[in-house]
Amino acid sequence: MFLPYAFDSARLQYLRSPQGKVAELRLELNSGGKKDKNFSAKKTALKKIVANMTMSNNDMVALFPDVVACMHLPSLEIKKMCFLYLVNYARIKPDIALKALPIIRGDVQDNNPLVRALALRTMSYIHVREYVEGTIGPLKELLRDADPYVRKTAAFCVAKLYDHDRHLVESSDLIDRLNGMLRDENPTVVSSALAGLMDIWERSENIKLTIDYASASKIVSILPDCSEWGQTYILEAMMNYVPHDTQEAALLAERISPRLSHSNSAVVLTCIRVILYLMNYISDQKVITSLCNKLSPPLVTLLSKGAEIQYLALRNALLILQRRPEVLRNDIRVFFCKYNDPIYVKVTKLELIFMLATERNIKEVLTELAEYATEIDVDFVRKSVRAIGKLAIKIPPASQLCISTLLSLVSTKVSYIVQEATVVIRNIFRKYPNQYESIISTLCENLDSLDEPEAKAAMIWVIGQYADRIEDSDVLLDDFLDSFLEETHEVQLALLTATVKLFIQRPTRGSSLVPKVLKWATEETDNPDLRDRGYMYWRLLSSAPEEAKKVVMGEKPPITAEESEKLDPGTLEEMCLNVGTLATVYLKPVNQVFRSARPRRLQDSPALQRNELPTVKAAQQARERAAAERTKLDTATHTNGHGGTNGNGNLAQAVSDADVYFAGVGRQSTWGASPIVTEQGAMGGGWVVNQNAPQQVVMSPGGEGGNQDLLL
Amino acid sequence: MLSGILIFNQKGENLIFRAFRNDCRPRLADVFRIQVISNSQVRSPILTLGSTTFSHVKHENIYLVAITKSNANAALVFEFLYRFVGLGKAYFGKFDEEAVKNNFVLVYELLDEILDFGYPQNTETDTLKMYITTEGVKSERAMEDSSKITMQATGALSWRRADIKYRKNEAFVDVIEDVNLLMSAAGTVLRADVNGQIVMRAYLSGTPECKFGLNDRLTLGEDNLQPSGNRAGAKATRAAAGSVTLEDCQFHQCVKLGKFDTDRIISFIPPDGEFELMRYRATENVNLPFKVHAIVNEIGKTKVEYSIAVRANYGSKLFATNVVVRIPTPLNTARITERTSQGKAKYEPEHNNIVWKIPRFTGQSEYVLSAEASLTSMTNQKAWSRPPLNLSFSLLMFTSSGLLVRYLKVFEKSNYSSVKWVRYMTRAGNYEIR
Repeated sequence: MFLPYAFDSARLQYLRSPQGKVAELRLELNSGGKKDKNFSAKKTALKKIVANMTMSNNDMVALFPDVVACMHLPSLEIKKMCFLYLVNYARIKPDIALKALPIIRGDVQDNNPLVRALALRTMSYIHVREYVEGTIGPLKELLRDADPYVRKTAAFCVAKLYDHDRHLVESSDLIDRLNGMLRDENPTVVSSALAGLMDIWERSENIKLTIDYASASKIVSILPDCSEWGQTYILEAMMNYVPHDTQEAALLAERISPRLSHSNSAVVLTCIRVILYLMNYISDQKVITSLCNKLSPPLVTLLSKGAEIQYLALRNALLILQRRPEVLRNDIRVFFCKYNDPIYVKVTKLELIFMLATERNIKEVLTELAEYATEIDVDFVRKSVRAIGKLAIKIPPASQLCISTLLSLVSTKVSYIVQEATVVIRNIFRKYPNQYESIISTLCENLDSLDEPEAKAAMIWVIGQYADRIEDSDVLLDDFLDSFLEETHEVQLALLTATVKLFIQRPTRGSSLVPKVLKWATEETDNPDLRDRGYMYWRLLSSAPEEAKKVVMGEKPPITAEESEKLDPGTLEEMCLNVGTLATVYLKPVNQVFRSARPRRLQDSPALQRNELPTVKAAQQARERAAAERTKLDTATHTNGHGGTNGNGNLAQAVSDADVYFAGVGRQSTWGASPIVTEQGAMGGGWVVNQNAPQQVVMSPGGEGGNQDLLL
Repeated sequence: MLSGILIFNQKGENLIFRAFRNDCRPRLADVFRIQVISNSQVRSPILTLGSTTFSHVKHENIYLVAITKSNANAALVFEFLYRFVGLGKAYFGKFDEEAVKNNFVLVYELLDEILDFGYPQNTETDTLKMYITTEGVKSERAMEDSSKITMQATGALSWRRADIKYRKNEAFVDVIEDVNLLMSAAGTVLRADVNGQIVMRAYLSGTPECKFGLNDRLTLGEDNLQPSGNRAGAKATRAAAGSVTLEDCQFHQCVKLGKFDTDRIISFIPPDGEFELMRYRATENVNLPFKVHAIVNEIGKTKVEYSIAVRANYGSKLFATNVVVRIPTPLNTARITERTSQGKAKYEPEHNNIVWKIPRFTGQSEYVLSAEASLTSMTNQKAWSRPPLNLSFSLLMFTSSGLLVRYLKVFEKSNYSSVKWVRYMTRAGNYEIR
């Protein structure tokens, strides 16, 4: 009674161990013998083995010889399972895998097309030299097989071999043969051959793939007969067609546009990509407008797909909006968030709402954003608040409305809303100086809830800037100063400047604070920026208090809300060639995200509408701006009356003008002829010139040469 | 294209690992498990690390992951994952962890067939079921059979077998509309639109050519060039004339898009059985089946009072079924007292909801719920974010857009007569009141 019990538990232990499992499966695989006519025992065992392939590490690899032994059995079901096993393990045990090669070679010549294709497909997956070399021969045969299913499998097989060993493929005529398949009568075979060629093109810089108008026209004509995936491959290949005639580009765009109504979003987005691409080569504005009108509805319809596709569509909408704003003239409401949208969809919708907001729809937009600001996700709430503040800057007529929305949010007293609002209100003050001071009191009520550096710095900036209008500004600042030494550098810098501003505007109130802060900033810190700024103020205040006012309370350069949202023209141009790909999710140049990806560029051709390209437009604008700045600089030097009156805006002349000017400043100072000051002056001079004409330095390094450029 | 497909359960166990390219290494499974499954801060379905991108969708209790290198076509990746889920459902009824574990071989076999070198191949259920089946390969098929399969898988009619025969030829058309509404607390409609789908079940012999007509006026950006005032006027007259304006439509791949583009005729050779013929979007003249009037008062910090009235806007002969109103309550709700004029209301603390169910809601009637929530005091007084009130229902023989099927004609060589049925249903999509 005792014995069998012990035996059982030992056996269970054994079965649970990997070796036990393997041994048991081996036994099962070899059971049945001659009586098992349908090989049902073998099938069951193989099923268990395949099931265990991923689930139990690599234990199953021990059964490799036994599985190879089953491969010759005349059952397709067993064959399929053996092949799955082979693909999975061949790389770990190449020597055993070789034993299966003769069997699989036989199958490649099977009468059944499904078996031929299966064998070829399996054979070409295996990354073992003998297999790769052994595939070439049969592959050449099967590329001309009578059965289209085999031919399309063979087409992909060429790309697979190229992945294993590109030299082997390049030294054979396989790529030429693949090219020849583009004339196949079966549309699926053509689209597969194109996909294979594109795959090879993607991975090798020395392979060119250009499609002329006749071929482009032909592959477009077979689109309706291809499967949805085949259509995607054909459309992707269309990106390698460079139109040489604007009529041809327009015609092809027109012909592929029915694809926009396809239910597969890959077809739709790839089609949008091709149409956007072809538009670069179309001169007729009417055609462009009509194409843009066609793009809009399908883009919005993608928003009723799964969340992931919605996300992708929205990211691409951000892109298309910058390149072709007319496409998204839709009702802004289609981008309003649903309560249970995933967070990634919501955040992208928010960005789109911000970009599409205009004076006309601002009321609607603000109601919507205020609603988002009450949601749970902190990050999303912050972004919504920030968007409201940025809208005040982007749309001046609506600033009052935005500010009252912000204030009603501040009154909720939720800490992160207050802090975010403080930061954006600072920017609003920058944009509209002396207009909305009435709201300062509301901000001051919430001082205690500020604990983030950015919000603190913003509040301190407001106190400093409006020190003369805030009744007890010195008290407020003093409160902040209590913890000066513990603050982050960002806050310390803000405190330093604000205290100086206070002193300049209300010397009596600030006189007790300034020495204290300057001492801390110059002596008790190891941050060079803070120390430098401290010294600068110290000297400024002690040498020329009147000048100090001009410097510290001087006019600030204007700020805009949109610059940061926009892609730079080069990136925008590149992104538009990649609509629907992963890079559009990140909205970064392809090679920044995927280093090895082969980059796409717009190819030049007589039909290319150069003047419409974002990069060309931007360069044009920069040139115009530089010209405008230059004339401004000229008049400035005139009125300044400091020497240089040659009037051609020569950079060197301007620098020396500044030198003269700052040398004068230096001499008046009580710090005497301190070397530091004159040096600073010279640097300052350089800075002044750069500030006024930044483009000049970039665009035309040799002053006069630049002038000639502009005249052309 | 795709380098590999992985399936995980919620615990992070790797159920399926199929590599299609050499760059898909086994350790990537661990990377995904650590970075996505056991990371609670995931905010995107796409994660790129180095040059490897993991794109995932969650379905039931499994993660389906596509691994890509380089800058892949993301639309294709996700569309394929959706299709894979669809295939799983068609094969196993429910595509979840259990289904995968019971059908390892079949899942691997399917993946081997629908992806070649990571490029999606034919994914039509009907065709695949001809040679990949749950009961194993039935018998070793004869040669002619195999070439029939291969022609089908690569042909222009990849979605339909040639030899279909029915004794009685029937076609059922279901027009299903999801109506989305977002209404402000003050009762103004912020957004109302309809996502419609037309699902067809075709039991027709041979190779039938179908032509399908609706009472639509599809604008598709045609008259967008007109000044906007004019355009609105034109739309209103159309609505009066009994036609509806569709913003956009998308079709099953069997529909001849070229023909639709030129003469606006929906013509197709349908797959056998059930499929989604088209999807459409409408935003003009949306008939809202229910009007909701909600008053929610927060009285101090201890009490919230609700008074919710729902009115049915459709004809008195129709009735909606399974009407459920979800009324959000604050997180610190202690007790709810409620009264309803119809149906039953129940407080569900786990969802912070009062759930009010009305099994049958006759047209033109109005029902009211009044409730009171008593709140416990909380230490941190964070404002309640007030999620929207939400309605779900289904209503037969009613379309919010006003869409009607005008005709469905079937042409076949053998000239058989066929019976056609049509059904309309409107459901709640996101029917929300703030």
